[in-house]
Amino acid sequence: MILHEFMTFEVLRVIWWLLLGVLLIGFALTDGFDMGVGALLPFVGKTDKERRIVINTIGPVWEGNQVWFILGGGAIFAAWPPLYAVSFSGFYLAMFLVLAALILRPVGFKYRSKRESARWRSNWDWALFVGGAVPALIFGVAVGNVLQGVPFHLTPDLLMPRYDGNAIMKLLGLLNPFALLAGVVSLSMLLMHGAAWLGLKTEGAVQQRAQKIGTVAGLVAAVSYALAGLWLAMGIDGYQIVGEVVKDGPSNPLYSEVAHGGSWMAAYSDRPWIAIAPVMAFVGIAMAVMGLRKGKEVSTLLWSKLGITGIISSVGLTMFPFILPSTVDPNSSLTVWDSSSSHLTLFVMLICAIIFMPIILAYTSWVYKVLWGKVTEDELDNNAQSY
Amino acid sequence: MEFGLVELSRLQFAMTAMYHFLFVPLTLGLSIIVAIMETVYVMTGRPIWRQMTKFWATLFGINFVLGVATGITMEFQFGMNWSYYSHYVGDIFGAPLAIEGLMAFFMEATFVGLMFFGWDKLSKVAHMIVTWLVAIGSNFSALWILIANGWMQNPVGAEFNPDTMRMEMTNFFEVVFNEVAQAKFVHTVSAGYVTASVFVLGVSAWYLLKGRHTELARRSIAIAAAFGLASAFSVVILGDESGYNATHTQKMKLAAIEGMWETQEAPASFTLVGIPDREARETHYAIHIPFAMGLIGTRSLTDEIPGVDQLVAEANEKIRSGIIAYDALMTIRSERDATPAEVRATFEEHSADLGFAMLLKRYVEDPREATDEQIAMAADDTVPGVGPLFWAFRIMVGLGFSFIAVMLYFFYRTSFKGMQYPRWALRAAVIIIPAPWIAAELGWFVAEFGRQPWTVDGVLPTALSASHLSITDLLITLAGFVIFYSVLFVIEMSLMIKYIKKGPYMDVEETDVWMERHADRLSSNDPALKPAE
Repeated sequence: MILHEFMTFEVLRVIWWLLLGVLLIGFALTDGFDMGVGALLPFVGKTDKERRIVINTIGPVWEGNQVWFILGGGAIFAAWPPLYAVSFSGFYLAMFLVLAALILRPVGFKYRSKRESARWRSNWDWALFVGGAVPALIFGVAVGNVLQGVPFHLTPDLLMPRYDGNAIMKLLGLLNPFALLAGVVSLSMLLMHGAAWLGLKTEGAVQQRAQKIGTVAGLVAAVSYALAGLWLAMGIDGYQIVGEVVKDGPSNPLYSEVAHGGSWMAAYSDRPWIAIAPVMAFVGIAMAVMGLRKGKEVSTLLWSKLGITGIISSVGLTMFPFILPSTVDPNSSLTVWDSSSSHLTLFVMLICAIIFMPIILAYTSWVYKVLWGKVTEDELDNNAQSY
Repeated sequence: MEFGLVELSRLQFAMTAMYHFLFVPLTLGLSIIVAIMETVYVMTGRPIWRQMTKFWATLFGINFVLGVATGITMEFQFGMNWSYYSHYVGDIFGAPLAIEGLMAFFMEATFVGLMFFGWDKLSKVAHMIVTWLVAIGSNFSALWILIANGWMQNPVGAEFNPDTMRMEMTNFFEVVFNEVAQAKFVHTVSAGYVTASVFVLGVSAWYLLKGRHTELARRSIAIAAAFGLASAFSVVILGDESGYNATHTQKMKLAAIEGMWETQEAPASFTLVGIPDREARETHYAIHIPFAMGLIGTRSLTDEIPGVDQLVAEANEKIRSGIIAYDALMTIRSERDATPAEVRATFEEHSADLGFAMLLKRYVEDPREATDEQIAMAADDTVPGVGPLFWAFRIMVGLGFSFIAVMLYFFYRTSFKGMQYPRWALRAAVIIIPAPWIAAELGWFVAEFGRQPWTVDGVLPTALSASHLSITDLLITLAGFVIFYSVLFVIEMSLMIKYIKKGPYMDVEETDVWMERHADRLSSNDPALKPAE
């Protein structure tokens, strides 16, 4: 077990920071349209048939898509244990809401059409709406809070994570204006994405309604993203590591000193190339909105993916090397350099990722290829297994 | 840490884990049974096997979705409710969970969609391969989860790093090829196969009792009995292997399960039944089988198995050694690079017992200030609840042997009695449907409750592992889970029953075409060869 010495700790940490981004983006691009479709369901489908068509566009793929989320959780646990420990316990009740929504959603897909009763189906439709809209909103709210820093600290002797505030206040504290704006960004962007997916997979009235709502959602996403950027530049303090930055030291956040102040936007003068992320975001959304208006299908979905990739990576690139800053004790802040797994674990996990990620991408692509094409009424009637 | 927080966190974890495991065993086994049925279909081309595949796959699907959904809770709960645990051992424990996602879960979840939606989009062989991939993915999933769990029972391939204040991996292969994990994996998946076999057997028996779908039911019983028989043997044999492992990895758990208070002269006797009494340190009304425990536990006539009292005395020593490690650790934490070499050396020498000093945190903020009584209390805490373990284990084992008997009987009737089953046996098969679930839940209870007071055996106490949440937090989520999970359970059961009552979808046209083509062969009178109605 000395192979891992060939890659420096610093390089591995950056790679795993990138992979964390890849997983979050992979999640947003795949499960993202599931959430969008769930949230759109009651509005784009008026009759039961229409709603079944909407659900069956994601019926065969949601399980695989959801694994991005589970894998994201697993990867954070394996590669960034302090981040996993602090954020999941710190956002406790918010995480519970996300969990509840994410449990409700798969069950809704699977069980909704297993009974004929209109009441049963309508209940599940609203469950699917909640299961799509709530996590989409909360993920944005969480990112909004991360950008502002969250009130946690690590105890100096045992490095135990502590989060300030009582149960309800912790939850309500997350719902501050900036975070809500970030929530609007993420909800609207996933609505746009879901609409782009429905544009590709459906036809007729459902498709038209989806494209109409998607256009509005895309515009809201662009405007709220721009506003959030302005707000971040003007009204929110950033974080900096003070003194020498040790990049290959032990993963102990308390070993480095961090100052709360200055602007996150300083990153754009230090590393001007990162401006590519917001540019991607705006271009992607703009093209997706135009595509939705003109009724283009494949290209719209691809532009929407580009826009989402731009939005998510702009957050990561702006904050680098910070992952989770602390408001109450800036020194406890988690950064790329002090909250990773050990050198060996990062290396082992990288090998696993190198082996399995291409395989996953290959068979996922194959499955999407097999399922290519629009979902139609005929297809629903002919397949007893459809939802 | 306030009183009650740890208990509530444990309650929530136990509840959600046991709930999750209502669905997992059926997924593990039914995925394989369905794949076997589909393979028979592809090989023979007989429509009945396709109908069987689709029917059991429908039930598989209803069950699978809740397994997936409740599995998310499990993965997230470590961070939500066990944040210090996540920090302390995430470097090792997180890896198998992530690999599970990469290698197994992605595969099963991606292909399960095609399994249901791909019948008309794929060739016969391609669809069969997809079904097998779902089955293999599910089972690999169990492998990595049990590697993670096996490490909690027997933490190998890792050491404590004072700079990061956590356990770090030193050897990945030791973690993967942990003997405890390997035995547990085969034991657990076998239990899943037994569960699915009993389920298929019971549902089919019900059809035979009602005189419905008899073609499907007889063939399903044949598959279930053969598969179930092999699995029932496997589950018992690997259970024995786990017991053997425990004699050198988890001595206290073994002693507690056996209600062995004092170390007996080798080979120890096995207590068949009795009433363990913790206060009196003895097991009342015990019925012993001479030599049996020594033989099972050590596979020798001369090796001793230590009893509870001896292990408590050893724990007392380890706590004292751990305090020395703790003291050195605090120096290292404050002096960092300026720590004198001899302090580092002292730490190295005693670091294996650091976790034992952490047991004192329940009684005193700084373990170095612990009194002799507090040390004695902490040492006594290393004994898990003997009574519940003693009984849970015996019921599980009894059920395990009974599955062998059931499967043997049905295998015999299937093979030698022309697939004819007496009504009493069919009724019994319906009644025992819940039994494998009870056995599986008891098995997890023995494994996890038996590991107390540790989350990671000898390394990290449970009391220290929990997140620093408020009681309100816990009460809100506990209530949420209870309500939410109960509703889902009712819905799941009602759908299962609805689809079992509805029965398989028989494609008459397809069957007729097939019958014409094979008219000659079908003229024989053997009922087993007759196609579906």
